[in-house]
Amino acid sequence: MKSFRLRMERRLEAPRAAQVRALAVSLFLALIVIGLLFALLGVNPFYAYQRILVGGFGSLYGLSETIAKAIPLALAGAGLSLAFRARVYNIGAEGQLLIGAIFGGVVALNFPEWPRLALMPTMFLAGFLGGALWASIPALLKARFRVDEVLTTLMMVYIASDVVRYLVYGPLRGPEERGFPYSSRFSATAQLPHIDITRIHYPTLILAILAAILLYLLLERTKLGYEIRVAGENPAAARYAGMDTQKIIVIVLLISGGLAGMAGVGEVAGIHARLSPPEGISPGYGFTAIIVAWLARLNPLATLLTAFLIGGLLVGGDAIQVALNLPAATIQVFNGVILLFVIAGDIFTRYRIRLEKQA
Amino acid sequence: MIDFLISIVSLTIPAGTALLYGTLGEVYAERSGVLNLGVEGMMIMGAVTGFAVTTATGNALLGILAAAIIGVLMSLVHAFASVTLRVNQVVSGLALTMLGLGISGMMGKRFIGLPLAGRLTPLDIPVLSDLPILGPMFFRFNILVYFSILLVPLLWFILYKTHWGITLRSVGENPAAADAMGINVSLVRYLAVMFGGMLAGLGGAYLSVAYAPAWIEGMTAGAGWIVIALTIFSLWDPRRALLGAYLFGGVRVLQFFLQPLGISPNLLNMLPFLLTIVVLWMISEQAFRRRIGVPAALMQPYSREER
Repeated sequence: MKSFRLRMERRLEAPRAAQVRALAVSLFLALIVIGLLFALLGVNPFYAYQRILVGGFGSLYGLSETIAKAIPLALAGAGLSLAFRARVYNIGAEGQLLIGAIFGGVVALNFPEWPRLALMPTMFLAGFLGGALWASIPALLKARFRVDEVLTTLMMVYIASDVVRYLVYGPLRGPEERGFPYSSRFSATAQLPHIDITRIHYPTLILAILAAILLYLLLERTKLGYEIRVAGENPAAARYAGMDTQKIIVIVLLISGGLAGMAGVGEVAGIHARLSPPEGISPGYGFTAIIVAWLARLNPLATLLTAFLIGGLLVGGDAIQVALNLPAATIQVFNGVILLFVIAGDIFTRYRIRLEKQA
Repeated sequence: MIDFLISIVSLTIPAGTALLYGTLGEVYAERSGVLNLGVEGMMIMGAVTGFAVTTATGNALLGILAAAIIGVLMSLVHAFASVTLRVNQVVSGLALTMLGLGISGMMGKRFIGLPLAGRLTPLDIPVLSDLPILGPMFFRFNILVYFSILLVPLLWFILYKTHWGITLRSVGENPAAADAMGINVSLVRYLAVMFGGMLAGLGGAYLSVAYAPAWIEGMTAGAGWIVIALTIFSLWDPRRALLGAYLFGGVRVLQFFLQPLGISPNLLNMLPFLLTIVVLWMISEQAFRRRIGVPAALMQPYSREER
């Protein structure tokens, strides 16, 4: 009997067109598989897709919600794409986002009477510091003791959740909240301005666009960016060339943590106007940002686009919950299948796959 | 005081059992060199499947069997992605967790609030369960609890004292050398990941068919992540997995007793994750790593061509 064997040959840098093609094919296959899963679970996939499309992109309201959700995804996703490029797997953006939200929130609650022009930058700065501080522990452990950052950043997410819960049930609980786990509402100057009647808090949107551009330039136009790319693509070469890999680890973790922290400030100051338990601050934006970065093929500029797409998916997900009476977790099916197909699709750009006959 | 002790122990063991199943499975998967962050997803799929099949058949054992099978099927996705396609294990595992949370939510919608017909009832061990003190502490659990405890010495023995165990550990520590000795690295990794999936599925079914017994969306509530932490905390040893699972199960039980004393449950909840970071830091010491046998090739895909 003949047997077959998958043989994978590593390719040198795949052409941009091949990368885009692989991504498109992966997404298409993912949508088919999700459709099949939906059909199996008794949901008409065509109807569901139509509702998602219309819900997320089919109206001005839908588009504005999509952009509002894209803001934290883009901010955190741009930072993650930088870290992943250095092959530093910061999967703890969710925790960094939460701590950033707390730092920004504490500033907002303590200086409510400051003018907005002073308060807003201070809050974002505090949020950046909070997120960076949270990322600095895994950074230190990895740079100094070579402790794997995947596990430490992940553990820090759950510690952050408990810290937030502890604070909003305890020291930060607003006295007028009658026992509910919320802080006091932020003063008017601590709340971010919106575009018209939408929930698009544009200061954060501007920050997200700036971050994407700056990180892109950092990666492609500076010596540090070059070192980050080499450290990620060929760690041995980076060491032989005398690059300070410890410095790179610390820098990418602090930047990605800081940007996630700013995304947290945007959520509490732009959407909620107060601090709440972790589920209330973020429905998992820090984890979803991993998909955003991966879909963007770790290109910070492209995260703006992928954040918009995934943001639309989240809004569309809300729409099918209502239209089809589905649970909130439904959107996770999309997240999971898309992520699986995108990472599997990467294989086809990095390797040439052959089916070999064996005697 | 005795009554207090009895109630703590008799609550802690059931509270830690799902964690024990998950951790034992993940210990084996990681010993083969594959990190599977999909435990949470596999557990929750086990929970919903166990509940669904038990409801449909009225037979909890069938439900548990189905949960084990679904755990294996889920883990195959991760095995294919990380062993055959050699994609990033971290991302693949995360994707599996998302997938499990999503599908279980959709599948389980109709079971929310339903009572479970045919739940797994406690199985009092004759004679022993009538012992004073020890009886109510240790011998009045359901069969899944006993089974998980029996698994501990069995899996420890297999891991350290048998040829299979040596094969498994060698694949996780030095796949190239294992390959040179004629071991099929991919096959061993597939089997280890599938075994991990089976136990994660069992752990999930334990929650929905025996412990709760009910289906609540997202009912694993992070147990899968505690499993990831416990696997490291236990230093990849089934005996310490038991210790860790009950320790952290006990933390959950103690919350109820400590909260009235003004001790925040949130600070207690952090403990497993904080301890895990400390353990990760400790095992960064090279000599210590070698002494306890950390799977050195953890998270490293293996390919003969690219050694």
